[in-house]
Amino acid sequence: MIQVTGLVKKFGKTTALDALNMAVPKGSIYGLIGPNGAGKTTAMSILSTLLLPDGGTALVDGHDVVAEPMAVRGVIGYMPDFFGVYDGLKTYEYLDFFAAAYYIPEKTRKPLLGELLELVNLSDKYDSYVDLLSRGMKQRLALARCLIHDPKVLILDEPASGLDPRARAELKEIIKHLKQLDKTVLISSHILPELGEVCDQVGIMENGRLIASGPVEEITATGKGASLLRIEVLERINELADFVKSRNRVSNVEQDESGLRLIFRGDPRERGELLREIVEGGWAVTEFSETKRNLEEAFMAVTGEADVNEH
Amino acid sequence: MSINPVLLKELRQRFRNIKSPLLIALYLLVIGALVLGFIYLLWRHMPGYYRPDSSRGIFILLSMAQLGLIGFVTPGLTSGAISGERERQTLNVLLTTKLSTGGIVVSKMLSSISFIVLLVVATLPLYNIVFLYGGIAPSQVLGVFGFYMVTIYLFAALGVACSTYFKRTGVSTVTTYGLVFALGVGTVLLSGFIIEVTRGPFPTPPPLIALLLMDINPVMVMLQVLGESSVGMERDIWLPYWSIYLIFYLTVGTLLLFWSGRKLNPSRARGTKFRV
Repeated sequence: MIQVTGLVKKFGKTTALDALNMAVPKGSIYGLIGPNGAGKTTAMSILSTLLLPDGGTALVDGHDVVAEPMAVRGVIGYMPDFFGVYDGLKTYEYLDFFAAAYYIPEKTRKPLLGELLELVNLSDKYDSYVDLLSRGMKQRLALARCLIHDPKVLILDEPASGLDPRARAELKEIIKHLKQLDKTVLISSHILPELGEVCDQVGIMENGRLIASGPVEEITATGKGASLLRIEVLERINELADFVKSRNRVSNVEQDESGLRLIFRGDPRERGELLREIVEGGWAVTEFSETKRNLEEAFMAVTGEADVNEH
Repeated sequence: MSINPVLLKELRQRFRNIKSPLLIALYLLVIGALVLGFIYLLWRHMPGYYRPDSSRGIFILLSMAQLGLIGFVTPGLTSGAISGERERQTLNVLLTTKLSTGGIVVSKMLSSISFIVLLVVATLPLYNIVFLYGGIAPSQVLGVFGFYMVTIYLFAALGVACSTYFKRTGVSTVTTYGLVFALGVGTVLLSGFIIEVTRGPFPTPPPLIALLLMDINPVMVMLQVLGESSVGMERDIWLPYWSIYLIFYLTVGTLLLFWSGRKLNPSRARGTKFRV
């Protein structure tokens, strides 16, 4: 549904997108994660026809974002990371305005607005002024606005940022519901765990490139390139931390009272080698295990891996 | 034909806002106070006398005051048209709809113009004071209002163009006022400078450029519309004095609107979204 090939975008000397390649299958919820400045918003702006790329191609439902921007706008619903609402407009007027902006006939608008407000649990706010709604409600209203022309693709940039846990949970439920409506959703977030729950696939972006992409289970699975290790020893933890940091294939070493957590890139043989070195170093090892990663840890592992590859 | 949704929304927002009736009241208060103050000064020492030229004086004062207020209000109402959307973070969403950027620009400008026209029309009852004493033909009043419309068109287009080009409304507003000031005062100063520089030992007609600069100056043209023909310079141009004004204001205004529409279109303008 979304096909991005070699997408490049530069702002002066800064390269926001560095030959980005990405494919979002039809009907999937694709989460884009990455640190601030990774290029998520730039990629989404290009896909939403708000920004021209300097190179590469981006297709949405087969339409090129540069050559056929109007066709792309017809199939996407875009929700930016920061957005405002119009003062002095009521909820139904706000949605009616956007319905008109998509040339939806006036006769069909009224029932449509009712359905959309029901979908986002805002039916009781039909007659309220939009600028008086809470942030969570505004976010849901924006989602209803995205859906007004029944787009095939939704591009949601940080939709959960700034929401309280309840509002975030409500938003997640709505996004899950969108899957049942057969929408393709591209969603970005820096709050990593929440994406794991709603997404089928995730892509990890860093420095304008997609450095990992695949189903959530695959990305979070251990033994896929990098693994998360837990090492516990009886004494000399500080020394052990210094020792493992000096080893190749080790990164993101975190120390606590009883041991270390670290990202290890290597096959089982190399992992065994590390254990042997530690034992030979005189440490009394009480635990040396691989732990299951959540999305955040997977992200740390993959981005750490990219750093190592670059240096 | 249906109304552009942006225009409908803008009008709805503008006329629902408490600021709008307050602005109309303030506008009428300023113009009314000026006129009534002028009448008071005229009749204070000569009560009971009627002089047709006094009525004419009121008309000129009223019309000039109105022109000054148009020059003051129009940039204020238009210079935030697009940059305001950008600052409120509503522009990007608007640009991803199926509305054309040209449509957005024109609708924004029309909604601002409609309010300014309302301000001007609301002053019509004040013109009754002039008609009460005679001395002014209705066609002159019509001419003045036609002149206002043309002037508002360019001033509003300048405001919209600045707000499209500049990211921040503050910069856009200052620039628009600067440009309106250049048209209202700068053209006369420049014209006078050119005439002085080119003046020879013998009387010669002023250079064409100086004439043209005078012809696009709203104050000079306004005075001619009001029948103060002594203000106009001798001219070799075959076109009537108002035609150059009309052509210049409508053409430049329309070009600015076209340019704004293109500039706003993200599919054409590289990198504009991130201008500071």
